[in-house]
Amino acid sequence: MVARALRDAGMEVIYTGLRQTPEMIVEAALHEDVDVIGLSILSGAHMALSPRILELLRENDMSDVPVFIGGIVPNEDVPALQEMGVTGVFGPGTSTEEIVGTIRQAVLDMPPKA
Amino acid sequence: MARLITLVENDESAARTIIPAIYAETGRAHLIGVTGSPGSGKSTLVNEMAKTLRASDHKVGIVAVDPSSPFTGGALLGDRVRMQDLSGDNGVFIRSMASRGSLGGLARTTGNVVRLLDAAGYDRILIETVGAGQAEVDIAAAAHTTLVIEAPGMGDEIQTIKAGILEIADILVVNKADRPGADRTVRALKAMLQMGAGGRNGQRMMHHGQEMGLMGVGDNGPESQGFPHGSWRVPVKVTVATEGKGIGDLVASVSSHLTRLRATGEWQARELARSRQEVGQLLREEFISRLTMSVPTDTREQVIASVAARKLDPYAAVDRLFAEAT
Repeated sequence: MVARALRDAGMEVIYTGLRQTPEMIVEAALHEDVDVIGLSILSGAHMALSPRILELLRENDMSDVPVFIGGIVPNEDVPALQEMGVTGVFGPGTSTEEIVGTIRQAVLDMPPKA
Repeated sequence: MARLITLVENDESAARTIIPAIYAETGRAHLIGVTGSPGSGKSTLVNEMAKTLRASDHKVGIVAVDPSSPFTGGALLGDRVRMQDLSGDNGVFIRSMASRGSLGGLARTTGNVVRLLDAAGYDRILIETVGAGQAEVDIAAAAHTTLVIEAPGMGDEIQTIKAGILEIADILVVNKADRPGADRTVRALKAMLQMGAGGRNGQRMMHHGQEMGLMGVGDNGPESQGFPHGSWRVPVKVTVATEGKGIGDLVASVSSHLTRLRATGEWQARELARSRQEVGQLLREEFISRLTMSVPTDTREQVIASVAARKLDPYAAVDRLFAEAT
């Protein structure tokens, strides 16, 4: 649903499917040269997955790519996630308008690629 | 590489710098086009073919094109979902592209993206088209070997046979062959091929027939008996991509086509046709662009207004604009 909203907002959304490992996500992001990464985590595994994903992004020289997490994320975890390097967290109930707006802003705020 | 692809995809002036730098390194990859209606199982089939090609140690590039929304410009590029088996393999590079307004099944810049993969050493490049069905003729010029995928029971086996699609096929594939109606689909396709509806392969056959007079009669000795020697007969392959069935045979057929192209000089003929088309296209674009730039906008608008007001006919308008430009 979020993917469709992003598409309707004019973005090109690469959908990789469910049950992706951090390695698969970063490989796709790298090969597709994405501007933003959006993770949908409904399993509650965000605290375990995020460090690994961010580490792999660093290793691949992609630390400048904003990473957003949406899904079942309790508010108390948000500061820790942001500390790790996650750009933003969308809790359950966030409207698609807000998600689209935030992502769009993040891209506009990014310095142009070399 | 991913960044180079992005540049070439987004920025024409970047393409003008990058492509000349790598062009001499291109022309080695076997470009395999995969087209067919939505739901025929193209992505799954591409995934399976890539696995088989990897097993024989080829480096495989995959470019998967999906449609852009004509209203919002956005796109959902979901072909990677079917290709998860290939992740983690260094010898595979998958890139998704949005059509961005192109109507022929590929994006405008797909050719250049494919070139980058070719230059980078991916020797088998699978190009998966948007898959709208009928008007997808871009792929015929872009690929050496074009596969047209059909699935049974999609409402209309004759979808493929609608003008243009059957003609571009080098290999026909009936995927989802475990579904009812598969045999019927295979037979319908074979019947269509028999009727000589096969465009560029069929045309060669006919041409050959003309060269040799009546079939079976000619100066070429025993080879002139029956079908002309050296022409490619479009096979109808049967697969169940989700179960990996029929893939080995399909890939063998693709290799066989490659061998045939190289042996008969058809490879060069297609490269020539492609180069002609591309240079022609770029020339037209450049010409129009320079012409447009050398005529001030208000002059052009005045001329157009005169045509609308019936003070000037369209042909005279063109003459006028040409005179302004030169």
